[in-house]
Amino acid sequence: MAKKSKGTIIAQRLLSSLPTVIGVIIVTFLLTRALPGDPAAFFAGPAATPEAIAEIRTTLGLDRSLPEQFFIYLGELARGDLGNSLTTGQTVVYDLTTRLPASLELTLAGLTFAIALALPLGILAALRAGSWIDHGVRVLATAGVSLPTFFTGLFLLYVLYFRLGIAPAPTGRLDILYSAPNPVTGFYLIDSLLEGDLELFWASFTQLLLPAITLGLFALAPLARVTRAAMLGVLSSDFIRTARASGLPPLQVLFGYAFRNALLPVVTTFGVVFSFLLGANILVEKVFAWPGIGSYAVGAVVASDYAPVQGFVLAMALLYVVLNLLIDMLYVVIDPRAGVET
Amino acid sequence: MNETLRHARYVMSENVVTFGAFLFFFLMVLFAIFGEAIAPYDPLASNAALALQPPSPQHWFGTDQLGRDILSRVIVATRLDLGIAVVAVAMSFVVGSILGTCAAYFGGWSDRIISRLIDTLMAFPLFVLAMGLVAALGNTIENIIYATAIINLPLYTRVVRSEVLVQRQAGYVEAAHLVGNGHLRIMGTHIFPNVLPVTMVHISLNMGWAILNAAGLSFIGLGVRPPTAEWGIMVAEGATYIVSGEWWLALFPGAVLMMAVFCFNLLGDGLRDLIDPRMRT
Repeated sequence: MAKKSKGTIIAQRLLSSLPTVIGVIIVTFLLTRALPGDPAAFFAGPAATPEAIAEIRTTLGLDRSLPEQFFIYLGELARGDLGNSLTTGQTVVYDLTTRLPASLELTLAGLTFAIALALPLGILAALRAGSWIDHGVRVLATAGVSLPTFFTGLFLLYVLYFRLGIAPAPTGRLDILYSAPNPVTGFYLIDSLLEGDLELFWASFTQLLLPAITLGLFALAPLARVTRAAMLGVLSSDFIRTARASGLPPLQVLFGYAFRNALLPVVTTFGVVFSFLLGANILVEKVFAWPGIGSYAVGAVVASDYAPVQGFVLAMALLYVVLNLLIDMLYVVIDPRAGVET
Repeated sequence: MNETLRHARYVMSENVVTFGAFLFFFLMVLFAIFGEAIAPYDPLASNAALALQPPSPQHWFGTDQLGRDILSRVIVATRLDLGIAVVAVAMSFVVGSILGTCAAYFGGWSDRIISRLIDTLMAFPLFVLAMGLVAALGNTIENIIYATAIINLPLYTRVVRSEVLVQRQAGYVEAAHLVGNGHLRIMGTHIFPNVLPVTMVHISLNMGWAILNAAGLSFIGLGVRPPTAEWGIMVAEGATYIVSGEWWLALFPGAVLMMAVFCFNLLGDGLRDLIDPRMRT
């Protein structure tokens, strides 16, 4: 067996995601052509005249053959053209890029919350297998995947905003009293800190808290479950017994040896977790009036504004492909075996 | 058979929660079949004088903005919600099993094509794909079912494929070959029955997810249209009233939806214990 460096593995992984990207583009293309009735009528909107529809059909190239249409679609994609939104009057690409940071900030905050809670819980459950904390984690894990995200969000809103008045009103990323910080990263938390405006930071943090927790609760379950199982498996393995028998401090055994190995399956589940998160994101954004790409797509769906939905599905799929790629790279980086021998 | 029943009783008595889930499941089936007869009021009858009443002895779950009885609506909605999930899961189970069996049994090109197809579906965040599909195919309940079936397809194909890959090597398959059975017969009557138990567990776990998914789609305004009683859309309609304090509109349908999903997830765990005691955690 030839030795492969980490660089080679990563380059190969990059190449292998190419067919996936092509597949995604083909499916998104077919989705447009699968529109019931006349796609031109859809793109033209409900108030269009027959002439306008005919004109759109020619501009969209719908009077040509399917392969020809596909290449036209590819050309448009290459130029970064996803069509125009009828409801906002902007290009879809503009809408998506201005709203993407809001969604990313929410998703990452939700993920951080989920990881911060799931890893300690999973480790504790594995260390005290069969105890009340283990049972608690199991119930939480089953309940977590059963929670309809939109329902949890509304429930938290009712209790924390309406009843207790702790949480701010669900008015998006900031209360109307504040104005948005200068967009540097697009993440309000970071941008407000860059401006040194702590009040603004706190305001956007409190707005972010509830949606992020709602989202995180959903991702918590698979992470906690896998952490527990992985830790249980590793803790009962021979090298841990050896490490313990050699008199290494318990904490070093736990984090230096066990956790590092248990981390691999946990990182692998990130793929599923992101699929959950990106989907649940749509629902959470709708509940909390969060101005991200999810609520944008929902608005477009309701208004039968097709181009944004199309662009949104493609953007989400590409984002997901990139995330999966990052997960695999992270895996290569933290896997002690990778890069040694394959 | 007697052995199985005894084992079933053992699993039930060992795990009270599983037993509870079974009871709740039967209740749901009852509601799904006899919903209209059980519901105390007409789920669609509005009464402006009774709008937004909190829960009371007459209306256990309160009334909504049009004065409709929420308990009746929740009960009647069971059929639609369960129906969507059952049909969708059945479809993806059948198609996924065929694809998975073919991929593993024949290998080579059919395996490569099917696996590539499944990988492409998996490249989408699943709920996003479902949303795109319904938006593209048209905003109807049938399309909610198709979309839910398509996004569940990878799960069944993968599970069946990996199981068949193992079974294909078994001695009984070779024996069946030697006696002169055709491919179809071997796949259908020899291999598949051995794969079935494992897929049953996935069906139960998947049912819950399918219900969540369909409810999520109707929550964002896809598929089910307003006067129809359905859990997701009832939560969506109730959402506007939660910030003004009328919590019962969204709470009850949401809680029932959650319990239904929870029930199927527990049943899945219970079934796993039943089918394979070694896998018990």
